[in-house]
Amino acid sequence: MLALDPSKKLSFNKTIADGDLVIVYERHDTMKAVNVSEGSVFQNRFGVFKHSDWVGRPFGSKVYSNKSGYVYLLAPSPELWTLVLSHRTQILYITDISFVIMYLEIVPGCLVLESGTGSGSLTTSLARAVAPTGHVYTFDFHEQRAASAREDFERTGVSSVVTVGVRDIQGKGFPDELCGMADAVFLDLPQPWLVIVSAAKMLKPDATLCSFSPCIEQVQRSCEALRMNFTDIRTFDVLLRAYEVREVKNDSMQGHGGSPSQQPPCKRRQTSEGSNKQESISSTIMARPSAEAKGHTGYLTFARLKCSE
Amino acid sequence: MSGNQSNVDSVQSRRVTWEGCSVLLDINDGDRLVFSRLTENSTLKIGKKNYSLRPLIGCPFGSLFQVEYGAEGSKLSRLLRSAEVSNIEDNGDYQPVEEHRDNRELVDNNKAQSLSGEDIEELRRQGATGDEIIEALIANSATFEKKTAFSQEKYRLKKQKKYAPRVLLRRPVARSICETYFTKYPARIGFMRVDTLSLLLSMANVAANSDILVVDMVGGLLTGSGYVCNMYLESSPYPMDIVRMFNFGDEICKRIVRTSLSDLCSVQNDPSEQMGHDVSATANSSNEQMCSHETLTEPSGMEEIALPSENEVSKCKIPKAGDKASQETIDLWKANGFSSLIVAAPELDTWNTVKDLMPHLSHSAPFAIYHQYLQPLATCMHRLQSEKMAVGLQISEPWLREYQVLPSRTHPCMQMSAFGGYILSGVKICNPESA
Repeated sequence: MLALDPSKKLSFNKTIADGDLVIVYERHDTMKAVNVSEGSVFQNRFGVFKHSDWVGRPFGSKVYSNKSGYVYLLAPSPELWTLVLSHRTQILYITDISFVIMYLEIVPGCLVLESGTGSGSLTTSLARAVAPTGHVYTFDFHEQRAASAREDFERTGVSSVVTVGVRDIQGKGFPDELCGMADAVFLDLPQPWLVIVSAAKMLKPDATLCSFSPCIEQVQRSCEALRMNFTDIRTFDVLLRAYEVREVKNDSMQGHGGSPSQQPPCKRRQTSEGSNKQESISSTIMARPSAEAKGHTGYLTFARLKCSE
Repeated sequence: MSGNQSNVDSVQSRRVTWEGCSVLLDINDGDRLVFSRLTENSTLKIGKKNYSLRPLIGCPFGSLFQVEYGAEGSKLSRLLRSAEVSNIEDNGDYQPVEEHRDNRELVDNNKAQSLSGEDIEELRRQGATGDEIIEALIANSATFEKKTAFSQEKYRLKKQKKYAPRVLLRRPVARSICETYFTKYPARIGFMRVDTLSLLLSMANVAANSDILVVDMVGGLLTGSGYVCNMYLESSPYPMDIVRMFNFGDEICKRIVRTSLSDLCSVQNDPSEQMGHDVSATANSSNEQMCSHETLTEPSGMEEIALPSENEVSKCKIPKAGDKASQETIDLWKANGFSSLIVAAPELDTWNTVKDLMPHLSHSAPFAIYHQYLQPLATCMHRLQSEKMAVGLQISEPWLREYQVLPSRTHPCMQMSAFGGYILSGVKICNPESA
């Protein structure tokens, strides 16, 4: 998933090989992570797919089943992984993940601490952000989940920049060996205010912290605890609204340019000359927001360690 | 931490300012934001005076400075942590006490303060510090005691901003640069809000050691934010001023290169690249189209951004990004393809741009296209769908809301940004019809 060797750039022009992780795409909401293995098959409602048919084909290819159904084989990325990974816990999605990484100011070479690991959704994106020279130390108090996370990181190829520790961060704080070394700390815990003092010890001055909490009471208690040693404390909510697009044929306009009243009020660009000229005249493309949306995942509270002297 | 500019992790390790670095100055807790470059001669204007920025050189980012009045006149001096604790909120022992006061008896008739302007000047001449002046003002206010605790705090803060203004030294990174521009000059970055920017970078799988194709018509903000990879820009005329604020060293600047679409498509006597010829034909025409949009509105209100004068530039060598890509590099891209595509080009036709650039992406490459307007993205998405060029297509609109979290005063902020742009994202597929 990541190009950790500067001489070998990230490129998907390589072909699918035995043992590779691919994302099998059926529809935008139906995807599955599969490890390619000669002799294995993949089965879904479109039929049976032989892995051997996949080997040697480029990523992004369309492959067929025995019943002429098809799927696409996509290359894995942290975004796709978040959508296909097995949920052992509630996970963070791209909206929160991308905002966290930007707001924590994480760049390659950073050292990031995370607790709890959960299902490793954010962790995978953190790995991308710090690679190849940085590192993510992630902790979870649940031994089984930590082990599953380690397996996932091996599978997605990020394990060289991620270390999973089994530790009760709320009870014990972060390990002393990491004191003063962290560029960023991320907390997704039921009682993050218990960890603020320890987090402050881990961070370099002016470094950033983020705490993710679903409830406002948790946020209030965390902010109170942060005021002692942190500044620039800000709390946000981020959401994503999706749009649907539809083409509507305007029968009355066959062969004519659309009458002005039929044009959508927003800006319309001319499509290119050549093919599809008929289409641009006789149909309208409309967009509207999707009816369903996520209302809330959690509040994101960010803070910066005060500069001491 | 060394200020060694050739250090690969240079941006990361530089938590202390150095001569010639660019900084973001936060005056009075976000009231005013100014980008500046720290040199021997650079100054900052607060109120009616110009203050030298020399005391800021060599200090860690995050340091706070306050205007202090001394024998030699006033200057910016560094506030150490012990002096910072003046707000009730900073005090960890704050107990939310039942508030019995209210404002029923307070009349706003401008007569409450008994100290006059001359009195204050006199205090200053006697060497009173900013904080002492504030205390004097409070002591001489007839209504102060009658105010609620919150109101007193607001009063104190207001006086502090006027008589003892503070300057916070901030590191210019993607987040702070984007937020500042979004607040002050949103048009220059195409109204791209910070959460939108972060989504673009995430959706396009921006990471180290990847070749990302970027069409950046938002002043260089996109390029600078994704500095980790080799970013190849479209065509020359787009301004890239914002990139200079990121404090990149030579190493990183070398990785940010430009090319024009026609260079990308140009084929050197290669008969197998039949498609290449066709693409370059349209490329030239769209290139002309791009050139005609060269004149992006040059920023008029540039007074806040202290771009270095010629002399200063030669003294402190500021590495420049955006060199033209070598033929060798271009050949490499043609062999491997770009690992992803980001487009933020309000002046270009979205579908045409995407159509021309898609062939240069490697297989299964993700892309993210930003636009202020929905319709061009809707059209583009529809075309990509009908021509089976991509899957996982989605048009998203990010939503961001900030909260004020204070004891007994927690609520969403009164001000909110209603709009940060739209993003069309997807993954390129291998179209078997054209394979």
